[in-house]
Amino acid sequence: MSLHLAVALDGAGWHPAAWRAEGAEPDRLFTAGYWADLVIEAERGLLDWVTFEDSLSLQSSRYDAPDDRLDQVRGRLDAVLLAAAVAPLTSKIGLIPTTSVTHTEPFHVAIGIASLDYASKGRAGWRPRVSGRPDEAAHFGRREFPPFDPGNSEFVDALFREASDAVEVVRRLWDSWEDDAEIRDATTGRFIDRDRLHYIDFQGEFFSVKGPSITPRPPQGQPLITALGHSTRPYEFAAENADVLYVTPTDRDDARRIVEEVRELNPGLKVFADLVVFLGDHKARLDELDGAPLESDAHVFEGTPAQLADLLLDWGFEGYRLRPGVLPHDLTAITRGLVPELQARGAFRTAYETPDLRGRLGLGRPASRYARVS
Amino acid sequence: MKGRIHDLDVVGRPESLTVLSALSAVTTHLGLAATVNSTFNEPYEVARRLATLDHLSGGRAAWNVVTSWDAFTGENFRRGGYLAEADRYTRAKEFLQTARELWDSWASDALPRADGRFVRPGGIGFFEHTGQHFDIRGRFDVPRPPQGNPVIIQAGDSEEGREFAASSSDVIFSRHSKLEEGRTFYRDVKSRLAKYGRTADDLKILPAVTYVLGDTQEEAEERAAEIRRAQVGPQTAILFLEAIWGRDLSEYDPDGPLPDVEPDLSTDVSKGRAQFRRDRAETAAKWRALAEEKNLSIRELVIETAAPQTFVGTALSVAEEIDHFVQTDAADGFIFVPHLTPGGLDDLVDKVVPLLQEKGVFRADYTGPTLRHHLGLKELS
Repeated sequence: MSLHLAVALDGAGWHPAAWRAEGAEPDRLFTAGYWADLVIEAERGLLDWVTFEDSLSLQSSRYDAPDDRLDQVRGRLDAVLLAAAVAPLTSKIGLIPTTSVTHTEPFHVAIGIASLDYASKGRAGWRPRVSGRPDEAAHFGRREFPPFDPGNSEFVDALFREASDAVEVVRRLWDSWEDDAEIRDATTGRFIDRDRLHYIDFQGEFFSVKGPSITPRPPQGQPLITALGHSTRPYEFAAENADVLYVTPTDRDDARRIVEEVRELNPGLKVFADLVVFLGDHKARLDELDGAPLESDAHVFEGTPAQLADLLLDWGFEGYRLRPGVLPHDLTAITRGLVPELQARGAFRTAYETPDLRGRLGLGRPASRYARVS
Repeated sequence: MKGRIHDLDVVGRPESLTVLSALSAVTTHLGLAATVNSTFNEPYEVARRLATLDHLSGGRAAWNVVTSWDAFTGENFRRGGYLAEADRYTRAKEFLQTARELWDSWASDALPRADGRFVRPGGIGFFEHTGQHFDIRGRFDVPRPPQGNPVIIQAGDSEEGREFAASSSDVIFSRHSKLEEGRTFYRDVKSRLAKYGRTADDLKILPAVTYVLGDTQEEAEERAAEIRRAQVGPQTAILFLEAIWGRDLSEYDPDGPLPDVEPDLSTDVSKGRAQFRRDRAETAAKWRALAEEKNLSIRELVIETAAPQTFVGTALSVAEEIDHFVQTDAADGFIFVPHLTPGGLDDLVDKVVPLLQEKGVFRADYTGPTLRHHLGLKELS
């Protein structure tokens, strides 16, 4: 069987001290060239896609609030725009930016991802995420959030209900232009057939959106939607709205348990496992620099490419999203170490086969929900 | 009108900042200006996206600040509805002010990235903005853009718009493309700068202009007339008239005389535009008089009243006219609007630009990396 492999890009890598590692390029973090080099390397390794992390507040060592640390990477670039800037420089790899669905307007997300799908000729995806922190809400000033507490299930549930509405709106907007809405009929002077543009008339608990989109239907019809989840409520969100769910098992048994739980919610959902990877022995030195061992929501792997290949095949997921501990080091170790190792075992592609991102997962191009069956 | 989707023009467009980010990867010097409205966006998000484009392009980003008046657009966003004209302006002003506070909240040397310190103490400041439209606080998450602030472009022509531009824009995207009108506008706007502590060089006046070239003047004029005819098809002519008449005119023959009914001034598709309603009555009367005088059909009338192209002539005469505008203080430069895309600027680039370079009035090569530099604007620290 052939695995799917994605890589999650964030700053200098997923270790907070990654910018101080050998070969790191802290001076290039906010340049287009840095990101282009990384994504071109990922494409060289035939990876399925890269994701770009994003948030509407500064990075923090705390999960619930900003911090004052000066020794870690702070500052980032907008993920959708970053993905768009690497689109013309690549031709096969999928590009999946993260956006907030709590503060960002779904209308803006829909046209941004549709435009990315055009710029990349059908390689766009989207990772919606919720923002529960009060400091993030204060950047918008539209509503006040309580101190962030993941145990506040009523609050968390409302965030996810709103997130579901946002995804529903985005999906409807992508469909709001039928594929053949642009008729460019010179004889009647009509550029579009107005009967093939549709109001989406969404009315929900949190907002209403009338539509239609201002951007024609994206090349993939519905760009790939992926979501990260650590517990039941986000699993439910993904089961309802996403094509791919990233989960964070701690070991093989945990993996089995999670997959069972998700399968019950939606047997068709693709489930990938997230892993932080250090291919080499450089983690200890970084832990020392940072003053504490790395803490992560995902399992942290340290070892050789062959050992990582063993783990990936043992855990048995159809795909993985690897979070390189240090960039570019651990990315290059994936593309030049892990990939050949998996190829030698017949477990990874030796060439890209499909031009679009949905096709890579065996997903067809869906018809617009508004298209009349004739 | 009628709540139906307009089908006669090219509609549908990409999101501006996304497509400009893609273009930043395949260009090296060209300025990239995004039109982003301040009515249905939030400062934190717009500021971070423009700062991102400025980083990705190495200092070539600009923001064309526009406001949105129609309630239909509002129905797509959380804020909903529409803003009264006065509120749109105060929101735009406060929006821009807030965006500048966010960009300026990072020191330009905030990130030493050495000796164990990614950030220097005090490098990333807190922002706090409390105003009529925005009440926000915290810390911005994108480093200060290479240009300090992206170039700000604004198109206002009203008294308020001119004052707004004089106080805080780098470029005015003006509509005054006739020489005398242009000079009057130029003098007026430049004279407003001093009270904001700015000089004439701090605000560039760039009229939006169209052009048509020919090998002879006659050929260019003929081509210009053809383009205007092609731009106004029979259905477009009726639609144009409906916008002024405020009623359904689909039963009228575009090649026949003007409607016998009078405009319905009780309807107003663009809510909140009182000025537009007054203008409609005047425009209708003027058009009726013109059609009678020249015996014009509906379509002929609309073609006749469509704004003529700004520069029509040979490459040499157009180059001279362009230069004359700038030398006599009717403009600092131009924003060319091609009548065709793509390809509509090819002959400008191939034929007119070399003549301007020969005259020594246009750069023969880029002399700096940033858009601020191309425009001759002061570098921000």
